Amino acid sequence: MNAATQPRPRRDDAYNFAYLDEQTKRMIRRGLLKAVAIPGYQVPFGGREMPLPYGWGTGGMQLTAAILGADDVLKVIDQSADDTTNAVSIRRFFARTAGVATTEQTAQASIIQTRHRIPETPLTADQIMVFQVPNPDPLRFIEPLESETRTLHALKDYGVMHVKLYEDIATFGHIATAYAYPVTVAGRYVMDPSPIPKFDNPKLHMSPALMLFGAGREKRLYAVPPYTQVSSLDFEDHPFAPQRWEQHCAICGSEDTFLDELIVDDQGTQSFVCSDTDYCAQRVAQGRDGQ
Amino acid sequence: MYVAVKGGERAIDNAHRLLAKKRRGDTAVAELGVEQIRQQLPLAVARVMSEGSLYDEQLAALAIKQAAGDLVEAIFLLRAYRTTLPRFCASLPIDTSRMLLSRRLSATFKDVPGGQLLGPTFDYTHRLLDFSLLAEGDYPGPDVHGHAQLEPCPHVLGLLAKEGLIKEETDLGEAADDITRTPLEYPASRAQRLQALARGDEGFLLALGYSSQRGYGRNHPFAGEIRIGEVDVWLEPEELGFPIAIGAIEITECEMVNQFVGSTAEPAQFTRGYGLAFGHAERKAMAMALVDRSLRAEEYGEEIQSPAQQQEFVLAHCDNVEAAGFVSHLKLPHYVDFQSELELIRKLRKPSTEQAQ
Repeated sequence: MNAATQPRPRRDDAYNFAYLDEQTKRMIRRGLLKAVAIPGYQVPFGGREMPLPYGWGTGGMQLTAAILGADDVLKVIDQSADDTTNAVSIRRFFARTAGVATTEQTAQASIIQTRHRIPETPLTADQIMVFQVPNPDPLRFIEPLESETRTLHALKDYGVMHVKLYEDIATFGHIATAYAYPVTVAGRYVMDPSPIPKFDNPKLHMSPALMLFGAGREKRLYAVPPYTQVSSLDFEDHPFAPQRWEQHCAICGSEDTFLDELIVDDQGTQSFVCSDTDYCAQRVAQGRDGQ
Repeated sequence: MYVAVKGGERAIDNAHRLLAKKRRGDTAVAELGVEQIRQQLPLAVARVMSEGSLYDEQLAALAIKQAAGDLVEAIFLLRAYRTTLPRFCASLPIDTSRMLLSRRLSATFKDVPGGQLLGPTFDYTHRLLDFSLLAEGDYPGPDVHGHAQLEPCPHVLGLLAKEGLIKEETDLGEAADDITRTPLEYPASRAQRLQALARGDEGFLLALGYSSQRGYGRNHPFAGEIRIGEVDVWLEPEELGFPIAIGAIEITECEMVNQFVGSTAEPAQFTRGYGLAFGHAERKAMAMALVDRSLRAEEYGEEIQSPAQQQEFVLAHCDNVEAAGFVSHLKLPHYVDFQSELELIRKLRKPSTEQAQ
């Protein structure tokens, strides 16, 4: 069973609440309001230097710092696990600088900062997801110039993206994108959902929870408001299909979750387990097993 | 097994203890003092202050000590500290024509008002290891007597400007956006570009500047003037109504002169690139001036075809804290994404296996 909610620790008074100064948090919240008002639109913001390296979640951390209140309960996951070192490091950072309660249980959390996954446990309207984003622009690898991609977004000119997906089908017979699979938000902006596996894309659609995305290095933030239409790009004759596994989880027996592949011996024997450690532990606590 | 990345808090604590031990080295050897670093590694301190965007020799020296000599890490430490500092006000623009010079040279004129001043430099040293420095003694260093007369040293390129031979630089009087507060948007103004270059990685700018000399966006430079010295910093607090000097900082300034053929609208004249860095940092200032000039290609109607001329390429990649962070993040677990790719590549290979059979 994953650790239940940890009570509020003592806050380190040497820094402002949640590290960032109030002016900066206000600036980020203004950006977030704009992002919620224009779903999927990348809002430039005055990203600050954080005491963690760029690429390690500085964008997500700034958003979390901006929305965190003293009564919030924070969960931090990396690859869907609470105990990966970077998730531990970020959780500790906020426990120290904000003195907030933390949890590993999805249902107990009011804010969930994540890298690369959306929890398997369905989210509620009382929860906010904060995604760490490396490259906010879904068009970046098709057109490297920011000045160009902003124009394409403004004109809703996504032809290049459809051509890329079509070329995939022509070359491989499938759309060859397995994570960071582009989506259209509220019928307008094409958005990079951050490098979540496409398995998680359907969870974005009509989610009761607010979804916030922060890219620290690129200094952009964007949002999917609650109950917003989010569709993964596809073609009528090649509909979007999330990943499926023939195996089930070796620990909890789950057949419909995202599974990580482990290689357990020198002969390369594979074993599959839930990537969401909390979800897996909850199922085990309910008496399920992998046999 | 990849579970090595799991295990959390204890592993992190132990890793930090191991790092502290590595940094300290053999305890039989005296610990390196921050003041020693500040006094005896001044060029490292200068680089950390420049790219860390914070003029504080003591904190830069502390960062170098804490980073065990990794200057990019030290720059990161100083930046992360800088971001927490309140902003009281902005200083008046520094007046580099009133610097107290320790070094000054112009490669464009044999003699200039105020003269050439070689000063402390590695130039003309033979790069032979000095084994006398190996001897751990109380080497007092040579005696140096200052006996120069103070005399005015106007900017060399100002002399060309009097004749109208060089493109005038005009102060538009507009407030420049602070790129550490307002996100960079393209196309960036020259003020923003210069800020980014001043914080930019010395090695990256050096390579880009070098590439422009080798024909990738050729702009034929001359070192119009390089000056190193102390300049007063002035503030004008609102409640006072007149400026006060709050201290002096050491800076390196470089102005490059470049050819410009002219156009139908303008007669042929020289143009310039500008470099500025904290402390004694000649290589950085020169590289910055070369890249600044390359990035002015659009302003002068030159064909943009090389990396050094492309502002999105240069500005988005010159920051070593951003670059080091994003490269190092590849060490973080990616097993969800990799699993997705694995599933995809197996799927993509299926039809071709069937065809083969």
